[in-house]
Amino acid sequence: MIVAQSLPTVTPTWYLALGAVLFAIGAVGLLVRRNPLVMFMCVELMLNAVNLTFVAFARSMGDLGGQVLVFFVMVVAAAEVVVGLAIMVALLRRRPDATTADDVAALRG
Amino acid sequence: MEFVVFLIAAAIVVGGALGVLALANPVHSALSLVATLFGVAVLFVAQDAQFLAAVQVIVYAGAIVVLFLFVIMLLGVDRSDDLRVEPVVAQRPLAILSGVGVLAASLVAILAAGGDTATTTVRATATAIPTEEADAASLGRLLFTDHVLAFEITAILLTVAVVGAVVLARRPVRGDDPVDVEAEA
Repeated sequence: MIVAQSLPTVTPTWYLALGAVLFAIGAVGLLVRRNPLVMFMCVELMLNAVNLTFVAFARSMGDLGGQVLVFFVMVVAAAEVVVGLAIMVALLRRRPDATTADDVAALRG
Repeated sequence: MEFVVFLIAAAIVVGGALGVLALANPVHSALSLVATLFGVAVLFVAQDAQFLAAVQVIVYAGAIVVLFLFVIMLLGVDRSDDLRVEPVVAQRPLAILSGVGVLAASLVAILAAGGDTATTTVRATATAIPTEEADAASLGRLLFTDHVLAFEITAILLTVAVVGAVVLARRPVRGDDPVDVEAEA
């Protein structure tokens, strides 16, 4: 078991750092991509980063409340995707040419 | 052992996330998203959150991504993005710059907190995670006692979402739609 002992221990900090990386990738994707569907996926990435952070804190602080919050975040994410995709279906049915977020700029100031 | 699991899962998570970001075809992005979600589920298991890992796979990989793929196929918007088009001048460099800024700020905060999170004493009011007891049981008990009001509100939220989705995605009744009326007039 010398091999097992030489491996570094995974501390909560590692999980938090991974969550930060995931959140940053999601944020960049949301700003860079123009397809609304892919933008939604990037929002999901950011929500997952936050979930990862919640679970890491739940374990490091010994508080199950963090896991309860992750549960609620998942529910809200599911509701958000359902309504968002329904809006996209309604939008694209009316304007089949509006395939990027820039095509839907009627409310731009 | 946890180190090896963390390393593999982290590679899958970051690789999948970069795939969502960089792949031009939305279908490929959705499949990369599945990889990321599975990696996060593995990390949940590694942190003793077995119930959340199961929910993650069922709800995210099973329902949400399938919904994404379904809408992509339904609308036929699976043609690739032209990733070279830049709608706003210097949008891409600024986006990457702000992303790096977010990453740097959060990493600095995490590393400044350092090992504090690991040694934080458990608060007296905290609901301690039972070491051997089933995770789903204690989570369920907490949901239906301390957080029962929030739980009921999520029921309302889901009902509103379902009704909203049906109303939005429904094909408009003929004559009811202002566009149709204009076309006929």
